[in-house]
Order: sequence, then structure tokens, then C-alpha cells
Amino acid sequence: MNTRNLYDKLWESHVVRQESDGTALLYIDRHLVHEVTSPQAFEGLRLAGRRPWRVGSVLAVADHNVPTVGRESGILDPVSRLQVDTLDANCEEFGIQEFRMDDVRQGIVHVVGPEQGATLPGMTVVCGDSHTSTHGAFAALAFGIGTSEVEHVLATQCLLSKKSKSMLVKVEGNLPKGATAKDIALFVIGKIGTAGGTGYAIEFAGSAIRHLSMEGRMTLCNMAIEAGARAGMVAVDEKTVEYFRGRPFAPSGEMWEAACAYWRTLTSDEGAHFDAVVQIDAAQIRPQVTWGTSPEMVVGIDGQVPDPASVSDAVKKSGMEKALQYMGLEAGMAISDVPVDKVFIGSCTNSRIEDLRAAAAIAKGRHVASSVKLAMVVPGSGLVKKMAEAEGLDRIFLDAGFEWREPGCSMCLAMNDDRLSPGERCASTSNRNFEGRQGAGGRTHLVSPEVAAAAAIAGHFIDPEALQ
Amino acid sequence: MKAFDRIDGLVVPLDRPNVDTDAIIPKQFLKSIRRSGFGPNLFDEWRYLDHGEPGMDNSLRPVNPDFVLNRPRYHGAQILLARENFGCGSSREHAPWALEDYGFRAIIAPSFADIFFNNCFKNGLLPIVLDAGIVDRLFAGTEANEGYRLTVDLPSQTIRTPQGEEFSFEVDPFRKHCLIEGLDDIGLTLIHAEEIRAFEEKRKAEQPWLFIGNGK
Ligand code: SF4
Repeated sequence: MNTRNLYDKLWESHVVRQESDGTALLYIDRHLVHEVTSPQAFEGLRLAGRRPWRVGSVLAVADHNVPTVGRESGILDPVSRLQVDTLDANCEEFGIQEFRMDDVRQGIVHVVGPEQGATLPGMTVVCGDSHTSTHGAFAALAFGIGTSEVEHVLATQCLLSKKSKSMLVKVEGNLPKGATAKDIALFVIGKIGTAGGTGYAIEFAGSAIRHLSMEGRMTLCNMAIEAGARAGMVAVDEKTVEYFRGRPFAPSGEMWEAACAYWRTLTSDEGAHFDAVVQIDAAQIRPQVTWGTSPEMVVGIDGQVPDPASVSDAVKKSGMEKALQYMGLEAGMAISDVPVDKVFIGSCTNSRIEDLRAAAAIAKGRHVASSVKLAMVVPGSGLVKKMAEAEGLDRIFLDAGFEWREPGCSMCLAMNDDRLSPGERCASTSNRNFEGRQGAGGRTHLVSPEVAAAAAIAGHFIDPEALQ
Repeated sequence: MKAFDRIDGLVVPLDRPNVDTDAIIPKQFLKSIRRSGFGPNLFDEWRYLDHGEPGMDNSLRPVNPDFVLNRPRYHGAQILLARENFGCGSSREHAPWALEDYGFRAIIAPSFADIFFNNCFKNGLLPIVLDAGIVDRLFAGTEANEGYRLTVDLPSQTIRTPQGEEFSFEVDPFRKHCLIEGLDDIGLTLIHAEEIRAFEEKRKAEQPWLFIGNGK
């Protein structure tokens, strides 16, 4: 039999039928839904007189618009409230399970899915959100879809899709101290570019990936989309299997054993073909900081803001110049000389318990610099928050001068009240540094939770190791 | 969905690479629960001098005269000429909705972001990938000639310039068919409902754990 890579296996096991041109009808096992990209899909269903094909496959949660403070008084912004109310009403009408704002299981959809075991290895997982690639960490085929596709999956349990090319990103060796999954992600994007993965599904492999925790693998797959890839994935190993033991939507008893046996087959066969291979030496990955308005504009913490004059490609050069102007930075400046106004620790990239522990370890016994206007920690879900509080992480953050908030997307995209003012500079653990992403005129530097916490303490970027 | 056959449209050049969906339609407009009416806020941050919010009367807002869409010579454009990696960033379908609502029918660029590219077809918008060199020439043509129009013919997969030059482009045959007929994807898929049901039953028998949910 032919050798197959992980993506081949996941893809082939979900094809219901295939047209001669390669367009496949792909069966979807899990459909995650949030308030921003679903109202028009439900509206479309209603208009056409259709019902969801299998409501049990759908799990809904509001995350983008929810406030991170003062939840008792509800959502004040009428537009945000309307979206969340609309989701509640749609789930009610169609009988879809939803974790509402007052449910401890509420949180960012990409944190909640795996946490509940609603994402399982071997599944196809879709959500009307590009960071659905996160779920690939569990050897699931997971990708973001648009609202029309949300409607299509609701109505048919299937998606029309064409197979992507496959790319293997192999990260071998040991990460230096202080470097994390986030730094691997940013380093890879810096290397292959934000369009480097376009048209590909990426499998991350190699010893450095196997050493990552499941949280770290989620961080990495989360950012596969920032490299242009539709999906990122990591093969199953024992860490993957163990992660699901006892989770609410995961199997138990005999079914557990059968599931584990199947899950263990979800790896690329020895010698399987990939359309592209990228080799990365983990030892070269320093903590990363983005300096521009695209995740590929990134350097190591000990680096300098690059000089557009050193680049010959005219389009690239002018892109760099625009970015520097927007970011208010000078070429040649040391990254460690860049001061920060705000610090955001959160988002579906870095808001899991491990991220909070790492940030708390830096914050412990220290205090946020007086020049920093706001440093906030936003857990990824109510359950992450609860666990962190049980471990006393909230106290560490609060004592250090951080704010401790309710779960949601928050300042990752500033749809609620958490946002940057024009010109403000933020060390953020989120995944996008586009112009205005965290508030009009706001300047975002993407970093790991460790670097964000260290920046809050020092008031500027600094190698967390240097703080010790 | 609006059917697409052949258009002869005015071209507007948007000369920057990596235009992301945040720029196409800023996030504050995603709060709408409707799927129409986004056109006036297309490229909101570049198009207006003030900060836009949903519900504002856009006709009263100060426009940025330097932004290309605001230049009178490009009013009524149906074809957007863009640079590489157009539509990168978030998967929001509001981006093609806004482009379509504004009046665009086709976008020409050397490359597109994947999800955006897919979303276009579902909304009657035709994304066309052309060689970077040809795109350069079209930019030059558009900038040099006021009233520059292109004819986009989907059945024959060709683009014609006013000078009579012709370029062909690739398009997936199935998508082409749906676009020309204005067909709804869901209806097409449900033709195969029996096959889907059979697949589902088999899956349930082999991997019952995939069907743990709220029991439905
Ligand atoms: S945290 Fe940010 S990137 Fe993640 S789902 Fe929310 S808005 Fe999207």
C-alpha cells in the first residue's frame, strides 16, 4: 500500500464523494459556532426553510463580543449585545448546545473545543474563524470557513473542498531557554513568509514539536493560518491521547480503548511524501518580537528593527517603510529599546493554563513598570480561569499590578471595550499585528506570554531570561 | 446569488500588497447580523478621514480625497485591480460582501489569500489570478488612461483590454459553472443527501465516539 502522510489520512477518511475535477464533498464531524460569523448563516437557513443536518455536531459559544469586566450588568454595547442575543436565540430555536456568557465553560471557541473534548483526533473540525487551525494540534483536520460555508455545513454536514498540497515543517533539536511554541510559530512565519503556506496544509513534526505540550502545539497550529496555510497539524502521540482522558465529550470505557487504537494510527507513514519540506533548527530560535504590521516582520529579542534600505525588492521595501511609519519605529533600533504602553496576555494563541503559568512565573514577586498604562490577563475560558485561580495565579498577577479579567477574545481584536488608543504600543500574545487590529492606530508587537510579562515588568521589551 | 457571465467594467487600481480583510471591512462592522449593506464601509479606514462606526450616516463623513476609490475617475468601478496576497487575514465573509455590495464583480491580483478566494465565489464575485507581470501592465494601463475598462468573459475565461490585448485566466470548472448559473451550493450538495446519510451511518458504526455530543 502507498505510504500516506497525516493529512492524506485525515482527508481521505472524510470524503463522501469526489468530482472528477477533485472537488470533494467532505464530511464534517465537529462544527464550532460563535456569534460573529453565524447570524447570517442561521438567517440563510431560515430563509430557505432548512434545518441543521445534525445538531449534535454543533457546539456554540459567544467569545468575540463578550465583556471581560462587569458581566453582571450584561453587554452594554447594543450592537455587541444584539450579536450575542442573536446567537442565544438561534441556538435555542435550532436546539444547539451553547455555553452562554454565565456558564463557567464559556470562553474562546478554540480554547473551549479541545478543553471539552469536543475536538478529537481524526475529526474534521470547522468554525467560521480562521484560527480553527488550532485544533490541528490534535491530529484533527481543522480549518476556518466563511459564513456561507457555516450555512452549508449546518444544512448538509459537509463542505465542498479541494485537497491542499502538503508541507512538512520539521523542527529538530532543543529550543534555547526562554523560547516557546509561540517563538517557533513566529520564527517559521518569519522564514517562509505570511504567504509561504498558501495552498498547503502544514504538518509540524520533529523532536522540538514532540517535546511541546498540547497547549504549545495548539499555539503553533493556531498560527499556521498566519503563514497562509489553511490547516496546521501535529501527529498523535501519547500526549495527545492522554489529553482527552476524562474530558466531557471524549469517549470512556470500551469506546475509549477503541478510540485510542484508532487515534494512534494518525501519524504520517515512514517515508510519506510531502509537496514541500522546511527544515528548522530549534537551537536558533530566540524569543521573537514582531516589529511591523505583518506577523512575518519579526526578529529575535536581541535583534534590531531592520532597515528597508537593505532590501532590494521594491514592493517589500515600501511595505517595510509603511510598517515602520505606522509602528513609529526607526530602522536599526534595538528591540529592547522599544517601550510598551500596554500589555495583553490572552487570545486563542496564548490564553491556556500553561501560558498563564509561564507569564505568572515571570510576574511573581515583581511589579508592572509605572510607565505601563495597562497590563491585562484574559484567560481563554472560564475553566482556565478557575484552574488558574485555584493555583493562585490570579493573586500573583494582581499583586504585580496586572488586571485579571473574564474570558473572551478581548484585545486580540478589540470588538469589545478592550482596545488600544491611537499610537499606543502593545506587547500582545495574540496572533495578528495588522494595522488597527487592536484598536484604530494601535501598534501591536506579537510575543510569547513570557516576553509579554517581562515587557510589562521592564516597561520595554527584554529577554525574560535577563530579568532573572 | 447573482449570476456572472460577462462584464465590461471600469477598473480601479489598489496599489498595495497584502491588503487584509481588516482593511477591506474593519471589525466594528462585523457586528451586523445582516449580510447586506456593507458597501459604504468598504475600506472604511482608508476611505474616510474620521473613524467609522456602524449606524453612522456615511454620506456626512469627511472622505479622504487621496484614496483611490474616492477619485471621481474611478466612481462606479466594477473591477478591482490589486497586488499580491489580496484578502489575507481573518476569514470574515463580510469582506466579499462589502466588495460585492459596493459594486465590484471581479478582482484581479497576482495572488489571493485562500479563504478569501473561496468566499468570493460564494458571493458572485470572480477573483482572477494573473501573472504579476500582466498585473503590472494593467496597473500601468489603468493609471495612464482615464476611463480604462476591461472586459471579463467568464465562459471563455478571458480578459480583454481596451487596446485589444487578451489574457486568459484559470478558473475551477465547477465554480465557473455555479457562478455562470448563479447556483446555490447547498441545493447542489443536498442532491447527494442519500450518500451523505450512508457515509454518516458507516462512520457512526465504526467510530461511535465521534457522535458523542448532546445526544442529538
Ligand atoms: S482570540 Fe483573537 S484570533 Fe482567536 S478567535 Fe478570538 S478574535 Fe479570533
